[in-house]
Amino acid sequence: MQERELRDLIADVKTGHLSRRAFVQKMIAVGLTAPMASMMLSHSGVAMAATAVPYKPAKAGGGGLLRLLYWQAVTLLNPHFAVGTKDQDGCRIFYEPLAGWDNDGNLVPFLAAEIPSKENDGLAEDGLSVVWKLKRGVKWHDGMPFTADDVVFNWEYARNPETAAVSIASYKDITVEKVDDFTVRVKFAKPTPFWADAFVGTNGMIIPKHLFADYVGGKSRDAPANLKPVGTGPYMFVDFKPGDMVRAKLNPDYHVPNRPHFETVELKGGGDAVSAARAVLQTGEYDYAWNMLVEDEILLKLESAGKGKVNIVETGAVEFIMLNATDPAVEVDGERASLKTKHPLFSDPAVRQALNLLIDRGSIEKFIYGRTASATANFLNAPERVRSKNTKLEFSIEKANAILEAAGWKKGADGVRAKDGKSLKFAYQTSINAPRQKTQAIVKQACQKAGIEIELKSVVASVFFSSDAANPDTYPHFYCDAQMYNTTMTQPDPQIFMNQYTSGQAATKENKWQGRNVSRWQSKEYDEVFKQSEQELDPVKRAAMFIKLNDLVVGDNYILPVVRRPKVQALGRNLVAHMTGWDNDLYQLASWYRET
Amino acid sequence: MGKYILRRLIIALPSLLGISLVLFVLLALAPGDPFGELATNSNIPPEVREALRVKFGIDDPIFVRYLHWLVAMLHGDWGFSFSSRIDVDKLILQRVPTTLFVVGSSQLLALAVALPVGVYAAMRPYSIFDQIANTFAFVGFSLPTFFTGLLLILIFSVNLGWLPFVYRVDIPATGWHWYWEYFKQGIMPVAVLGLFQAASYTRYVRSAVLDVIRLDYVTTARSKGIGEGKVVIKHVVRNALIPVVTLVALQMPAVFGGAIVTEQIFRIPGIGSLLITSILANDTPVIMAVTFVFACLVVVFNLLADIIYGWLDPRISYR
Repeated sequence: MQERELRDLIADVKTGHLSRRAFVQKMIAVGLTAPMASMMLSHSGVAMAATAVPYKPAKAGGGGLLRLLYWQAVTLLNPHFAVGTKDQDGCRIFYEPLAGWDNDGNLVPFLAAEIPSKENDGLAEDGLSVVWKLKRGVKWHDGMPFTADDVVFNWEYARNPETAAVSIASYKDITVEKVDDFTVRVKFAKPTPFWADAFVGTNGMIIPKHLFADYVGGKSRDAPANLKPVGTGPYMFVDFKPGDMVRAKLNPDYHVPNRPHFETVELKGGGDAVSAARAVLQTGEYDYAWNMLVEDEILLKLESAGKGKVNIVETGAVEFIMLNATDPAVEVDGERASLKTKHPLFSDPAVRQALNLLIDRGSIEKFIYGRTASATANFLNAPERVRSKNTKLEFSIEKANAILEAAGWKKGADGVRAKDGKSLKFAYQTSINAPRQKTQAIVKQACQKAGIEIELKSVVASVFFSSDAANPDTYPHFYCDAQMYNTTMTQPDPQIFMNQYTSGQAATKENKWQGRNVSRWQSKEYDEVFKQSEQELDPVKRAAMFIKLNDLVVGDNYILPVVRRPKVQALGRNLVAHMTGWDNDLYQLASWYRET
Repeated sequence: MGKYILRRLIIALPSLLGISLVLFVLLALAPGDPFGELATNSNIPPEVREALRVKFGIDDPIFVRYLHWLVAMLHGDWGFSFSSRIDVDKLILQRVPTTLFVVGSSQLLALAVALPVGVYAAMRPYSIFDQIANTFAFVGFSLPTFFTGLLLILIFSVNLGWLPFVYRVDIPATGWHWYWEYFKQGIMPVAVLGLFQAASYTRYVRSAVLDVIRLDYVTTARSKGIGEGKVVIKHVVRNALIPVVTLVALQMPAVFGGAIVTEQIFRIPGIGSLLITSILANDTPVIMAVTFVFACLVVVFNLLADIIYGWLDPRISYR
């Protein structure tokens, strides 16, 4: 999709020919995030249109106990240390950001009085600063007022490398200054079209200055408030047992009228996903269960008990297969899969093209994931194909055979194709996880019919996803020919996400395999466009560049998307909860209620 | 006696040191690292990961880390959890009461079942009662706890809806209601663990009593005209229990260590579930502390068992 097409689409939204939601959907389809799409619209003068979430109760309280069940327990309650979504969700009960992302990519104000825009002079023309106006009259749970000092403090706290905050990436390259007690200005070192990162969403929760001021840097781990949060959110802290349970009670001074609905909230952790689904859908012991990584077949069966329902929201997460651009079998200067080598099989574009045709995405969706995934070729795919509803995801053994035949790969006596003495055999690894092993089997079967022999390998997840520089089985080492895993796009701006295919990011021995370009695919053109996108201020031009980057990667068939993975939750029958794919599940906890 | 205990304690020290060294090295060599989750999150720059590794000293050589750990442990500092970012001793102390309650009551249940059944079965060997008790004992310890646990959940929670299967430490109720709720949620895990343990205890008690009941002094006691009940309780059981007491004493560390599988199934926040989540999260300080405390308890209870043994049977002397 070119810049012009994008502009036409935006014009359509402006004139009302295209709905905002449809535009966002199209952008997701070409690999952008909903927040990114909405930023583009906002920049072009289509204001954010977050619709108020439906909320029926006429007063705060009266909802009794809300029981949340997480099959991984919350281990800490400081949002700046919260690594996984479970910890972020635990923090979100107590803490709030200035704004969060709804499912259509709109910014929803929480501690901000309004969303910065050009109209309210919140956004500087040069893209170098954003002014956030803060909501007045907000109080911390201990009665202290919430002011601009708190916001500035969070920046100082998180950007200090000694603090070792996991939110550091959002804060290290900005400066934040107080304009007055209820206004802060965020300044960027260079023009930044995607300004809603710091203080927004999962990394944006604000902690109180008066309780953390003495614990910046190396002392951060000693803060008593790490375990006893005092926030501005709808519920106040009661009790926390790391690795087990978080308890909270209604905040009578909450800054939104008539909210929240529940008197107490309990977040219980531990166990496994299937029994968590059971506790909500079948026995009704709990009201909500997080991240239902459960086969759809089981979910359907449990749902039939009628005690609850499964809720599915789209996200940017994609399960994909990655081909190694370097040769893992050859050692150069003591390093396997060195950048100096080329993969003996995958360096032939015909092989990559054939492999792309041999992934039966439809069957993988239908027989393995059901409702919990949708087949995709589009995380990084040609937009024309995606836009057309009629184009099927192509799966064709004959075509693959024809391509290989034409490229000179001839079948040998054992049924395996070979060319120049190299036979089409390779290893394909992933982490141990039932759906992944089934996917591997489906791909292997199809490849067999096309004369490609695959050796399957599965690695324990805790090893596969570790950053251990000494272990050759981790995914960044990628000492294998092909591998598959899931990549999540929780960060709404794709800039960081896209840098994972730049040449400089190649994971090598030199950077202890900390580089993010795991497939070690390198393209000069990609690097150049990426560099431009870092400087580009116009969000539409920038979006076009990202789409171009997507096309470059996927067009080369080193990255083969398989299915999109939505977020799946289990909700009790009467619970009304508001979910989003671009922020934490509990981002609208204040507006959850039980229907009577 | 005092000398004997002192000597045993002195011998225990190098073995504890050895255990800690083996544990530490094994954990250090095990694959995976505590900040692996950060690696898959592209929003977190690798520098942060590196900074955290340096901060927690993960990149130091193993022996430097071991010495650090040992010195800290001697000072009473159990370490600092990577994933919770709090002190390990706090984390463990929070879990002890739950584990003591669940595993402790299951041990009591096991003894309450095993003693009468085992003794009665031994009094009438190969009777119908003995056969039935034996069969149940075999079935009991052949079925793994994860299976019986799931079975009970399916029957009592899902089909009948009588008992909750998610264990909660904080029950929002007071007075009798609180006790009732606590009792209700404890039934299934305690039954699963207790009956499993009872099965093996029963076999043990039965064979211990069988050994004693045919001895001459029992016949003498009977011939003196003492009632059967008194013979069994005063003369047989008391002597037969010596090995059983030792067995129970050696089971005591397990009460602390918790029951990993059962705790996971019922979501009981005990030591066992702490251990397993720490292992999955590669939270080495916690794994180290739990396993090491467990090792210490095994050593201590071994010593205790030896002392009790001598106290019960004066013929054994300490040298």
